[in-house]
Amino acid sequence: MVDYDPWVADVTGEQLAAMYEDMIVVRRIDTEATALQRQGELGLWPPLLGQEAAQIGSARSLRSDDFVFSSYRENAVAYCRGVDYTDILRVWRGSAQSGWNPFEIGMATPAIIIGAQTLHATGWAMGAKFDGSDSAAITYFGDGATSEGDVNEAMVFAASFQVPVIFFCQNNQWAISEPVALQAHRNIADRAPGFGIPSIRVDGNDVLAVMAATRIALDRARNGGGPTFIEAVTYRMGPHTTADDPTKYRETAELEAWKAKDPILRLQRLLDSMGLFTPELEAKTQAKADAVAAELRAGCIGMPDPAPLTVFDHVYSTPNATLDGQRAEYADYLASFDAADGSSS
Amino acid sequence: MSMTTLKTQDSMTTSAVKTTTALATPTTLTLAKSITAALRQSMLDDPKVVLLGEDIGALGGVFRVTDGLLAEFGANRVIDTPLAESAIIGTAVGLAYRGYRPVCEIQFDGFIYPGFDQIVSQVAKLHYRTQGAVKMPITIRVPFGGGIGAAEHHSESPEAYFTHTSGLRVISVSNPQDAYSMLRQAISLDDPVLYFEPKRRYHVKGEVSPVLGESMEKAVIVAPGTDVTLVTYGPLVPTARDAALAAADEGVSVEVIDLRSLAPVDYATVEASVRKTGRLVVTHEAVRSGGIGGEIIASITERCFNYLEAAPVRVTGWDIPYPPAKLESHHLPDLDRMLAGVDRVMGR
Repeated sequence: MVDYDPWVADVTGEQLAAMYEDMIVVRRIDTEATALQRQGELGLWPPLLGQEAAQIGSARSLRSDDFVFSSYRENAVAYCRGVDYTDILRVWRGSAQSGWNPFEIGMATPAIIIGAQTLHATGWAMGAKFDGSDSAAITYFGDGATSEGDVNEAMVFAASFQVPVIFFCQNNQWAISEPVALQAHRNIADRAPGFGIPSIRVDGNDVLAVMAATRIALDRARNGGGPTFIEAVTYRMGPHTTADDPTKYRETAELEAWKAKDPILRLQRLLDSMGLFTPELEAKTQAKADAVAAELRAGCIGMPDPAPLTVFDHVYSTPNATLDGQRAEYADYLASFDAADGSSS
Repeated sequence: MSMTTLKTQDSMTTSAVKTTTALATPTTLTLAKSITAALRQSMLDDPKVVLLGEDIGALGGVFRVTDGLLAEFGANRVIDTPLAESAIIGTAVGLAYRGYRPVCEIQFDGFIYPGFDQIVSQVAKLHYRTQGAVKMPITIRVPFGGGIGAAEHHSESPEAYFTHTSGLRVISVSNPQDAYSMLRQAISLDDPVLYFEPKRRYHVKGEVSPVLGESMEKAVIVAPGTDVTLVTYGPLVPTARDAALAAADEGVSVEVIDLRSLAPVDYATVEASVRKTGRLVVTHEAVRSGGIGGEIIASITERCFNYLEAAPVRVTGWDIPYPPAKLESHHLPDLDRMLAGVDRVMGR
């Protein structure tokens, strides 16, 4: 039995308070983004409500030279990596297909194809090993993704080549409407040892437990010990996305039971027991959350639509005769309207 | 958070430092060995070039194309992978993120489909998705085509799946010099390239110079003519040249074009030829419907309909799954079927 406490013994009250602020802020981002979607400013939004501890506890354990390969729900991870708030919304407003330059924050553009990013993380980690670096890759995915071939192939490759990659599975109990029992007949963490990968099943709503598990995995990765699989057991308290209706497939009682295990409440109680949950902390945190939300809303509404001809940009990094022809064709077509109504372009 | 330790793809891509040359002077090589020479030169020039594939290490690949490379470059650069095509492509994506320049070998044409999602959804789209931030300098080598008496899944021509996918470049070689020069160009390009190798021509010999030569995107007239334009690529180029010789005996002058690049197609070269001849035949092993022949004929018809003397003709594999070896001669276009196509556009 591993003793996890020493792995987080150095975490100070100040750092705990900072993670509390992280969790409050990302929940506020979630709320604001959901509101923006309802108001027609975003096409879609995938809330992470309930998964704050899993994402922040792991992301706050990383170094800047580590690299994250995530799915589309890891907006708290993106927040921890330092993404501009507005950039988190760029994809969901439909203004772009990526919100940030991956190399500026050490986080790849989130994958929408389920599980595809686990192979990218494994390949990146192969490169890190070849380079003699002690950087690690971490890939985030859900319980549903563990049924995908790519995730299983990634574990085979990671084990064969013993590369520094962390498979971070947020088991949030639901893959849209499908319960985890449909994906896994046993605990998901039990699968990894079959691939030769040590695994940890951790309370994903306990930010310190998640941090301890991630630090153990990172330590192994940095010291040539190869991959680790972490199953963070948590709960998707919201819908899959704003287009989903969980009342069609799950009981209210289940949600209520998990609300009692809310990761923010958990950390709040810990801070309180340490005498650190003060009115000042609460006020300061709330003020930060409100400021972020205001900036987020303004950035979203102020985001300009991309210019029509940028639809052709970056298909290739070098000129392409066929595409250049189509760009010219569409430019002429658009210009014909200017000519017809007598205005100049 | 400090950003100083972050590395971009560009900062990790080592500029070419030529230490040794794989080919010093023009040498007579088989098409397969010219691919080996191109891989070797690319690996000598750029330490970020790595190979991934099944059986490419000690065995040197099922066609021996990577023979000797493991011994020369080691297991971190000639990577024998577990048997998972999606992972071969998917880990190449991650290596590219890290600044590497992966060359993947898909063992046979019909084995590429497990890797299809990673190619189409990731490799092809990441540069567009990231607005140019992430480059995908990945080359995917695919031995393709039939005529070797093989079992199912070993003789297919899946190129049109990839020419239909924006973000990819697709090329096919027909001779040892192109096999060398075009592979070197493909590997050095910052965009992904599907490189289709005509496996039934692996043993064709030719003189190979260590040059990059004509751009891989340029079609080449391999036999000049004035009456009919016969467009093809890959394994059928030698057959088309033979067909042109046979047609000449009957008094018909056939101009044979080796497309070399299937995406993008060098329409300027094809169009100039058709404006001269007025007649177009396209031939490929791949099935007809949704194929490259139809696309070329449609595009040429749009460009120079008034120059056409006859309706263009496709001479292709039938719309069937690849047949058993004893029937493949009835599926693959041969010299006689090409001549029948020439006769049709000549109205004979």
